[in-house]
Amino acid sequence: MIRFAGDSGDGMQLTGDRFTSETAVFGNDLATLPDFPAEIRAPAGSLPGVSGFQVHFADHDILTPGDQPNVLVAMNPAALKVNLGDLAKGGTVIVNTDAFSDRNLQKAGYATSPLDDGSLSDFHVHAVSLSSMTIEALKEVDGITSREAERSKNFFALGLMSWLYNRPIEGTLGFIETKFGKRPEIAEANTRAFKAGWNYGETSEDFAVSYEIAPAKLEPGRYRQISGNSALTYGLIAASKLSGLPLFLGAYPITPASDVLEQLANMKHFGVRTFQAEDEIAASGAALGAAFGGSLGVTTSAGPGIVLKSETVGLAVTLELPLIVVDVQRAGPSTGMPTKPEQADLLMVMFGRNSESPVPVVAASTPAGCFDAAIEAARIAIKYRTPVFLLSDAYLANGSEPWLIPDVSALPDISTEFATSPKDGDVFLPYKRDAETLARPWAIPGTPGLEHRIGGLEKEDKTGNISYDPENHDLMVRLRAAKVAGIAADIPELEVDDPDGANTLVLGWGSTYGAIGAAARRVRASGRKVATAHLHYLNPFPRNTGEVVRSYEKVLMPEINLGQLKMLIRAEFLVDAVGYNKVRGRPFRAAELADAITALVDS
Amino acid sequence: MSEGGNGNGLVQLTAKDFKSDQEVRWCPGCGDYAILNVLQGFMPELGLTRERIVFVSGIGCAARLPYYMQTYGMHSIHGRAPAIATGLAVSRPDLSVWVVTGDGDALSIGGNHLIHSLRRNVNLKILLFNNKIYGLTKGQYSPTSELGKVTKSTPMGSLDYPFNPLSIAIGAEASFVARAIDTDKKGLTEVLGAAARHRGSAFVEILQNCNIYNDGAFDFVREEKGNRIYLESGAPIRFGAEGEKGVVQDVDGSARVVDLGEGGEDGLLVHDAGQREPSLAFALSRITFETDGAVPLGVFRSVERPVYDDLMSEQLETARERSGEGDLETLLHSGDTWTVES
Ligand SMILES: Cc1ncc(C[n+]2csc(CCOP(=O)(O)OP(=O)(O)O)c2C)c(N)n1
Ligand code: SF4
Ligand SMILES: [Mg+2]
Repeated sequence: MIRFAGDSGDGMQLTGDRFTSETAVFGNDLATLPDFPAEIRAPAGSLPGVSGFQVHFADHDILTPGDQPNVLVAMNPAALKVNLGDLAKGGTVIVNTDAFSDRNLQKAGYATSPLDDGSLSDFHVHAVSLSSMTIEALKEVDGITSREAERSKNFFALGLMSWLYNRPIEGTLGFIETKFGKRPEIAEANTRAFKAGWNYGETSEDFAVSYEIAPAKLEPGRYRQISGNSALTYGLIAASKLSGLPLFLGAYPITPASDVLEQLANMKHFGVRTFQAEDEIAASGAALGAAFGGSLGVTTSAGPGIVLKSETVGLAVTLELPLIVVDVQRAGPSTGMPTKPEQADLLMVMFGRNSESPVPVVAASTPAGCFDAAIEAARIAIKYRTPVFLLSDAYLANGSEPWLIPDVSALPDISTEFATSPKDGDVFLPYKRDAETLARPWAIPGTPGLEHRIGGLEKEDKTGNISYDPENHDLMVRLRAAKVAGIAADIPELEVDDPDGANTLVLGWGSTYGAIGAAARRVRASGRKVATAHLHYLNPFPRNTGEVVRSYEKVLMPEINLGQLKMLIRAEFLVDAVGYNKVRGRPFRAAELADAITALVDS
Repeated sequence: MSEGGNGNGLVQLTAKDFKSDQEVRWCPGCGDYAILNVLQGFMPELGLTRERIVFVSGIGCAARLPYYMQTYGMHSIHGRAPAIATGLAVSRPDLSVWVVTGDGDALSIGGNHLIHSLRRNVNLKILLFNNKIYGLTKGQYSPTSELGKVTKSTPMGSLDYPFNPLSIAIGAEASFVARAIDTDKKGLTEVLGAAARHRGSAFVEILQNCNIYNDGAFDFVREEKGNRIYLESGAPIRFGAEGEKGVVQDVDGSARVVDLGEGGEDGLLVHDAGQREPSLAFALSRITFETDGAVPLGVFRSVERPVYDDLMSEQLETARERSGEGDLETLLHSGDTWTVES
């Protein structure tokens, strides 16, 4: 497991990304965790300016980006300082000695150089003058300044790591060509730096061995690397195709959801309309307006923006129109830590609206899983004419993993029919429900004979006319609730992984999936029994959820919040579930979860 | 009525065809009735079948209007109608989308959406029923209420300096700006027609009497016709019972009312709604009863500007020309891929 760390200007995300691609192409299973500063232009060399990218790869299937890196590439003292604490004892540190000037040491808060004062004695340190070797290697490249030459040092580092781990390099060379094609001298510089790094690894005695990590055994098929936000984007495009409805996205930029807006803005050839609104209220309103007109209306945001959408979501609940509301969760409250993940918006999306306002909630568990979650959110929204929350988080959004590309022809048909003109003499009843789904007709403007008015005021059953009748209101409140509750019959049951017949269940949701799986493996390897289950639907719960949680003596619920799902499960099923809760803006480490599970199993 | 159209969307409908079966529930005597009647009477002029027309409103007395129109309609949430209508109009360029809003709805809670829809020039017709009060919530002051206004929420007088709705619209880059009076059937019908013909956002302020909470707020122009300045493009701006008054423009660009002297129309400002530069329309919007004892009516500004919906549709077409119709299979396989053999 490798972590690349440097100044935000050092190109660490790019380096990590390329290394990931090489690794994926090589056939290792992998998971990644980018970690970038919230401040885009934090002062160079400072601690807040450190940007990192972690790649975990192996010859077996991988569930998380890993707890502790074994190799740290530190481009400056600040990067070393911020990341050293995470490095496994005995791990390898590769430092760019050229960046260890007195000034940089001081900025990172080092009184003496850690390279000289013995503080790194627990690690294998490779001191490499990355900057000067890069500049030296690029001497003969015409048309670049020495500053530009120095900037290629990330490619030098990438070349070195690629050698060290025997990664195929053709992909990166091709990438440099296309990415920097407009400036051939830069392309040339990066290529040379990359090769120089590779050659340095081969010739320097400092790196005696290069590591062979065999390809992992993955299910056969065609793979690609995908991040959560890209998978989500693709899932929305797929949902549009599969439903036959044009996609309309209303969004206002916010970390970590902006990618989806930006990526969809690039998909206009799919008939996608993206609307960057003046705020999140308008973004959700426009999506709902488009849904009224027969589009697949989507609005994407993160916590602070989702809050602003609440009133619109309530309107969608009562209008009974499809609307997909994506919440890429980040640490809060308020602005919180915008680039860091958290699972603490669950109760907000469940209950953060006035009155009885039930909304289905679907949660993605892995980066690639965002694709299926998006299609599923769309399926439910369209079929049941309801807003649906789709939960992701900063960890899934930016993390990536190899993805077995699905067969398009095997994806579900989620098409629907709009209402057509009533038969002669019939009056159109906009709130007459389908007996099975309780969904109302979707009658879009432009359909002759179905002119009707809908609104936020309470509606009379069937006719949809304004009504203040007490019994009618009670009926409508119950109908809306029954419609959402009924979706339980239309989603898969909760699957339990319990190979040994355990009496302890670990129940999770969202991005803790990988960490819980990895932790359970460790616990089982220690000879203990533990069962795991993961909820992909949080409202309604899968129909067997009560049965599952009641059938275990002990239930542990790890969440990156203070126990939100736990509260729901306890309230709904009266089980004495306990939580494991850490809210650090970081994913769980498999090791800490394994400890928590072990403690509960042994208790 | 004759239903169904004749294939080109043109039909002969009457006002009656636009009345829904819902009982109209405004206070007796409310100016909203007059507006509703004029609107229903005007609708056939659109030459569209009813299913192609949509009324979207926010919340307020004014916002009830969609329920009374036999078209598609949405009574949404307070202040957000321009945003919701934007999504609808942009995704369905085949529809004629109208927004009905109040002074509180449009200028207080929804001020942001109003200005942004105007600057984008979305193809929306926005009708702001200005009664200078919050009607539905029973009489608190609004963003157009005059300074010092005593209402239930301002027993010692309002401290808020009021907005001038037309000045705001012009400042927000509106391409069409007009004003009419609820009971002035002819003037209102003309303005609605001009708004409907305008491609892009059309902003129409309608002075509306709330006879319960702010009765008589516009009597100076509703009742006293001599104070109405009807604007007509190409003509010198002249008004009054005997046409004895006019509007001149000063060197600083501002406009004011003058008594016509010896010179007659000489030196009077000649109206031109089509002037690109918005200063003329802005100067006219500053003439109020408070400043000049008279109120300009009609079309202040009407200029052509690319329409947001059209621009978006064009981008979709361009993208398809460049990349071909999007193919899911190709998309999923884009970037580096590799095969794992069995
Ligand atoms: C979010 C929200 N806040 C407050 C209200 C209460 N409210 C309804 S209408 C209104 C003001 C309406 O005034 P205006 O827009 O001038 O319309 P009018 O009733 O005068 O036609 C208010 C404050 C509401 N419905 N929703
Ligand atoms: S309160 Fe005023 S605006 Fe509202 S319906 Fe009554 S008269 Fe009309
Ligand atoms: Mg009002």
